[in-house]
Amino acid sequence: MSAPPGTAGAVDAPAGDRPAPRPRTTARPVPRRRRTLRARLRRDWPLLAMAAPAATLLLVFHYVPTLGNVIAFQDYNPFVGDDPLDAFLGSEWIGVGNFEALFRDPLFWDAVRNTLSITAFQLVFFFPLPIMLALLLNSVVSGRVRGFVQSVVYLPHFFSWVLVVTFFVQTLGGAGLLAQELRQAGLQPWGVMTNPDTFIVLVTAEAVWKDLGWGAIVFLAALSAIDPNLYEAAAADGAGRWRRLWHVTLPGLRPVIVLLLIMRLGDALSVGFEQFILQRDAVGRDAAEVLDTFVYYQAIATQQWGLGAAAGLFKAVVGLILILTANHVAHRLGEQGVYSRA
Amino acid sequence: MTTYAPPPVPAPGPSRRRRRSDRPVWEEPPSPLGLFGKGVVLALLVAAVLVPLWTVLVTSLASRATIDEAGGMVLVPREIDPSAYLTIFSGGDVTQAVWISTVVTVLGTGVSLLLTVLAAYGLSRPGSVAHRGLLFYFLLTFLIFPGLVPSYLVVTGLGLKDSIWSLILPSAISVFNLVVIRAFFMNVPGELIDSARIDGAGELRILTRIVLPLSRAVVAVVGLFYAVGYWNAYFNAVLYIDSNDKFPIQRVLQSYILAGQSPNVSGTPVNLPGVTAYPPTLAVKMAVVVVTVVPAVIVYPFVQRHFTKGVITGAVKG
Repeated sequence: MSAPPGTAGAVDAPAGDRPAPRPRTTARPVPRRRRTLRARLRRDWPLLAMAAPAATLLLVFHYVPTLGNVIAFQDYNPFVGDDPLDAFLGSEWIGVGNFEALFRDPLFWDAVRNTLSITAFQLVFFFPLPIMLALLLNSVVSGRVRGFVQSVVYLPHFFSWVLVVTFFVQTLGGAGLLAQELRQAGLQPWGVMTNPDTFIVLVTAEAVWKDLGWGAIVFLAALSAIDPNLYEAAAADGAGRWRRLWHVTLPGLRPVIVLLLIMRLGDALSVGFEQFILQRDAVGRDAAEVLDTFVYYQAIATQQWGLGAAAGLFKAVVGLILILTANHVAHRLGEQGVYSRA
Repeated sequence: MTTYAPPPVPAPGPSRRRRRSDRPVWEEPPSPLGLFGKGVVLALLVAAVLVPLWTVLVTSLASRATIDEAGGMVLVPREIDPSAYLTIFSGGDVTQAVWISTVVTVLGTGVSLLLTVLAAYGLSRPGSVAHRGLLFYFLLTFLIFPGLVPSYLVVTGLGLKDSIWSLILPSAISVFNLVVIRAFFMNVPGELIDSARIDGAGELRILTRIVLPLSRAVVAVVGLFYAVGYWNAYFNAVLYIDSNDKFPIQRVLQSYILAGQSPNVSGTPVNLPGVTAYPPTLAVKMAVVVVTVVPAVIVYPFVQRHFTKGVITGAVKG
C-alpha cells in the first residue's frame, strides 16, 4: 500500500466546514487514512474529474449499448419513435420470441458451425506457430539476423484487414502474381481466394501472415525471463537440446500458453469480423458466414433488429461463460489464469 | 588480451565456434543441417512478408508496357513511372479519402490520447476515493461487450451517422492502452509527486510537469497504436458513413480492389478522373495500396523500438 501521504488533503482542506470530528493530533506529522469521505473527496476530486471524460465515453458507447441488448426481448421497430430511445420505449415486448426464431433459423446454426470450425482449425494450425517462431528466433544466436527477421515479421500486424486481404488477392488471387506465373508456365491456376472449400485454410493463412510475428512477442518475452542457469544446470546433467526444450523451456512458457489459450477459448465465438465481411462475397455465405457477419447481415442489412440483438446477446453470454469457465479450470489446474481470485 | 594470438581464420565449412559467438559454452555447436533448416525457414518467412509488399510497390511504379509484358503484377522493376501517384493525388476520391483518414487519425489520436492519459492518471493512485470501483468499471469492459446492434442504434440515436465523429468517439477509449499507461504512471516514484505537492502543485500540474515527462515513451507508443487503429479502421465506415466524400481510405481501397474482384459487393466503384487516359488501372490500384500502407510503415520503427521493451510485458503484468 503506497497510499499517497495525506499532505494534499491536509493543505487543501480547510478545517472549518467539516462537521465530522477530526481525529487528528497535530503532534504527528501526517496522519493518513481514517479520513472522512468528504475530506477524501476534497483531496481526490481532481482525480475523479480526470477519469470522468473517459468513463463517460465508456458509459455512452459501451455500457448503454450493453444494456440496450434488452431489445433482444422486443419486437424492436425503429419507426414507432423519432429516435432509437423513443422506438425502444414504444416497441412491443415479446419475451423470448426472437431467440425462438433465431434458434429455428438454419442460417444461424450454419454461422455457429462455421465459427466453431474456424476457431478449432486455428487453435490447431495457428496457435502453436507463434510459439515455434519464438523458439526459432530465440535459438538464432546472431542478434542482427534475429532483429531483422523480427522487424519484418512484426510488420503485417500494423496493416488493416483490407490491406491484408488485398495483398493476398494480388499475390495469390486469380489476377495475382502466382496465377500469372502459373499461366506462363502453362499451368491452370486455381481459385485460392474464391474457393469455399479451402476458405478455412485461406483465412487461417491470412491470420498467420498478419499476426504470427506479433503473437511471438509475448513468448519471446517469456523465454527471455527463463533463468539461463536452468539450462546450464540441465546441460551439465547431460540433458540434450530436446530434453532442455521439454524440461526447461516449455514449463517456463506454460503460464503464458495457458493464459493465451484461455483468452482464445473465451473468444471462441469471435474469429474476426472485417476479415470475413471483406471476403464473404468472394466465397459465398456458406463458407464465410460467421456469427459476427450473421448479426450484421441479419440485423443491420435487413433491419431485423431484435433478431440481430438476440444473436449478439447469445454470443456475448456464451463468450462470458466460456471465459469464466476456462479461467476456473485454469485455477483448478494451478495456473494463474487471466485474473487472479482477488 | 594483447598476448592472445588472433583466432585462426576459420576455414570454410563447419567451424566449431563461429566468430565470437554469444553462444553459451555449454551449448552444443549447431549442426550444419539444423542451421541450414533454420535459415531456410527464416528466409521463407521474410519473403512471405516482403514479396507481396515488393510486387505491389513495383507495380504501382510500372508503366503500361511493363505491366502488359508481365501480364499483371510486376516483380522486376524496369522504370519508375510516378503517373499513378500523380493521378490519385490530383483530386478525386482517393485524395479526399486520404484527407478524411488523416483528419480522423489526427483528431482521433488527440482525443484518445488526452482522455486516456487523464483517466490513467486519475486511476493511478490506489487508495483514492472510489478507486477500486472505478477501476472495476473500466476493467469490466474486457468481459462484457455491447454487441453490434445496440451500438449501432446508440450511435445513430446520437445523430452521429454520416459524421466523422462516428469513426472516432465509439472507439476512442482503449482500456488496454489505459491500463498500459496507468502501469507506467504507478511506477513514478511517489516521493517526486509528494514533493511537488508540498510545493503546491495541483494534480494537473503534477501530471503535466512530472508524470508525463517521465512516461514520454509509453505515451508516444500508445499514441502511435491509437493512430494505427484509426488509420486502419474499415468497418465502422461501412456501418456509419453514407456519403462518398466522407469515406476513409480503407473503405475506398476495399471498393477498388476487393469489390473489383467480386462484383457482388454493393459498394459502387470509385470514379477516378483521368484513369481512362494514362496510367494503367492496375498501377493506380497498387498506388492506392501503397498510400494505405505507408503510414503504418512510417510509424512502425518508432513503435518497434519500444514495444519489446516492456510495453507489452508491462501490460501483461497489469
